[in-house]
Amino acid sequence: MEIKSNSAPKELDREYKYGFTTDIEVDSIGKGLNEEIIKIISAKKEEPEWLLEYRLKAFAHWQTLEEPSWANLNYPKIDYQDIVYYSAPKSKDENAKPQSLDELDPELIKTFEKLGIPLSEQKRITGVAVDAVFDSVSIATTHKEQLEEVGVIFCSISEAVKDHPELVKKYFGSVVPYKDNFFAALNAAVFTDGSFVYIPKGVTCPLDLSTYFRINAEETGQFERTLIVADEGSFVNYLEGCTAPMRDENQLHAAIVELVALDDAEIKYSTVQNWYTGDKDGKGGIYNFVTKRGKCLGRNSKISWTQIESGSAITWKYPSCILQGENSQGAFYSVALTHDHMQADTGTKMIHVGKNTKSTIISKGISTDFSKNSYRGQVKILPSAENARNYSQCDSMLVGDKCSANTYPYLEVKNKTATIEHEASTSRISEDQLFYLQSRGLDLESAISTLVNGFCKEVFKELPLEFSVEAVKLIEMKLENSIG
Amino acid sequence: MLEIKDLKVNVDEKPVLKGLNLTVKPGEVHAIMGPNGSGKSTLSKVIAGHPAYDVTSGEVLYDINFEMKNLLEMEPDERAKEGIFLAFQYPVEVPGVSNRTFLRTSFNSIVKHQGSSELSEEQFDEILKKKIEIVEMNPSFLDRPVNVGFSGGEKKRNEILQMAVLSPRVAFLDETDSGLDIDALRIVANGVNKLKSSDNAIVLITHYQRLLDYIEPDFVHVLADGKIIETGDKNLAHKLEEKGYDWLVH
Repeated sequence: MEIKSNSAPKELDREYKYGFTTDIEVDSIGKGLNEEIIKIISAKKEEPEWLLEYRLKAFAHWQTLEEPSWANLNYPKIDYQDIVYYSAPKSKDENAKPQSLDELDPELIKTFEKLGIPLSEQKRITGVAVDAVFDSVSIATTHKEQLEEVGVIFCSISEAVKDHPELVKKYFGSVVPYKDNFFAALNAAVFTDGSFVYIPKGVTCPLDLSTYFRINAEETGQFERTLIVADEGSFVNYLEGCTAPMRDENQLHAAIVELVALDDAEIKYSTVQNWYTGDKDGKGGIYNFVTKRGKCLGRNSKISWTQIESGSAITWKYPSCILQGENSQGAFYSVALTHDHMQADTGTKMIHVGKNTKSTIISKGISTDFSKNSYRGQVKILPSAENARNYSQCDSMLVGDKCSANTYPYLEVKNKTATIEHEASTSRISEDQLFYLQSRGLDLESAISTLVNGFCKEVFKELPLEFSVEAVKLIEMKLENSIG
Repeated sequence: MLEIKDLKVNVDEKPVLKGLNLTVKPGEVHAIMGPNGSGKSTLSKVIAGHPAYDVTSGEVLYDINFEMKNLLEMEPDERAKEGIFLAFQYPVEVPGVSNRTFLRTSFNSIVKHQGSSELSEEQFDEILKKKIEIVEMNPSFLDRPVNVGFSGGEKKRNEILQMAVLSPRVAFLDETDSGLDIDALRIVANGVNKLKSSDNAIVLITHYQRLLDYIEPDFVHVLADGKIIETGDKNLAHKLEEKGYDWLVH
């Protein structure tokens, strides 16, 4: 250890205050994955034929694929037959989503309250509409009426399939086709719920929209699917949060998020990912395999991904942008913190298709304890992308000497007019820096968090205020035990 | 208020301080001079609590609420909270953290320890406005990351700004004059003079007599080969300037 201190090291597990379990009656199906299971899921959701066909095609394709092994991750082989693919809280009326909170099991309302996401009318957070997803289903969406007044659609994807089939059909799978990758194919076959957002032409969404994902049931995977469409000249700020109980078994989370921005539209997508990481010996935790991608379809459109990745035992995630429209802009701002035995392989892809497209990548990786933290990023400039510009900055910070950080930048430039800048650095929190801050009265913990906050500043400032406060606290709390 | 007794310190298992004694009382200004490698910077780092220095014997007694406590048993931040300050010879850069935020965090952790309430951003900015005048610094420095891209002189001035904000009881200034041009030296020295009071003490570590033209010391000590070998008044500094250290060392 490079950092010395006279205080005794703490042996305790990090406090994970979201690690509780909700005891609730569930409607779930048996373990296993086959066509029958997929048909059951589809039937439970009363889906149209086209969607079932889509699922089955995806499943057939998935069966031809091998699980990818190129990431810098080590984990035992996942047995896809040993997972429950559907688990939902039992509702009073079978098959139907509760129409109001009164119909919801009070335990669920309590659960979300405990997570800091009050759903009831009186208590809910002002300025933020929430879609609450519990295991395989969306249980409630707040502020719907207020949003409907301006034509914004915010509902679960299952509802959207029924109520807005034309929109869903047009964009579903258009950014992440099921053939995209192993986990995308899996998700396309078995996805259960997630959020749908449509912002009409010229509308600046009056509220921040947010989805909170909660995994509760044992041995169950969560496969959600989110689709956000921003029509011409619209704007939306979207936030995503995730937690799960502490369990000794690993649980799989394989999501797809698709964003579409039309002419002059802008989508800002922020995530604070705090899935259970496993204990200090690396037991348990969520396997997080996520495909997130945005398409800047229209001219002057903008998509930005901001993520604070501080949870999960395994993270495999590359929120990307396809910059198709002229003058469109993509951005990726990321802080990935790994501790104990966590492994993260995360980054982005920026695909420049249109003229004068611009992308920005700011990645900050912090590794502590025995963890592995890799940045993997691709910048691709296609022949059609005249005057494309990219700026990438990838910084890694190591705390202690048992952890590792890697950077894998890939660059493919097929148009000579492109301007590409790449900066990378790896640093350690130095004894001199800590001493300097301590000699000004900051204790060791606040000295470290000051350094880390300084390191992550460019990313934190991209987060909406309420999220940024939460992110700073989360990172500080996670780092506390890495010192000593 | 500060008594260093028979202090012996190793750096990388090599003895650097070999039995140093020094007593500092409130209101006093001490200057410690000496040739390169005599242990001057080691002394200041040990007082502030740098973990890389290995104290093999001796003690540093410090008056905390009328009780002499051994400073060496305290963490660096605890020492700072009790009023020990070190102006670094090479101030450290802290990327991404603004000077303003850093100063306020530091200030608040110290006043909190001393039982006063922490200040809001607005309240603190009021104080900062006055303090920054002491070192004649451009307020734009407050919004830049701590020491990042500062010139040598700016960094030194920033150290004295920190001293002004934190109002320490005992301040060690480690070669604060080195690398300063004559104007900057005057500004820094004026700043230190304004901060001097009958309640606090200042220990200047310096190579050059010229700093002492601006800040008049009550005592001048010569540190050589890990010990204080001579103590006098300000005239000793003049003598050193003329004759060097050789006449004392040999």
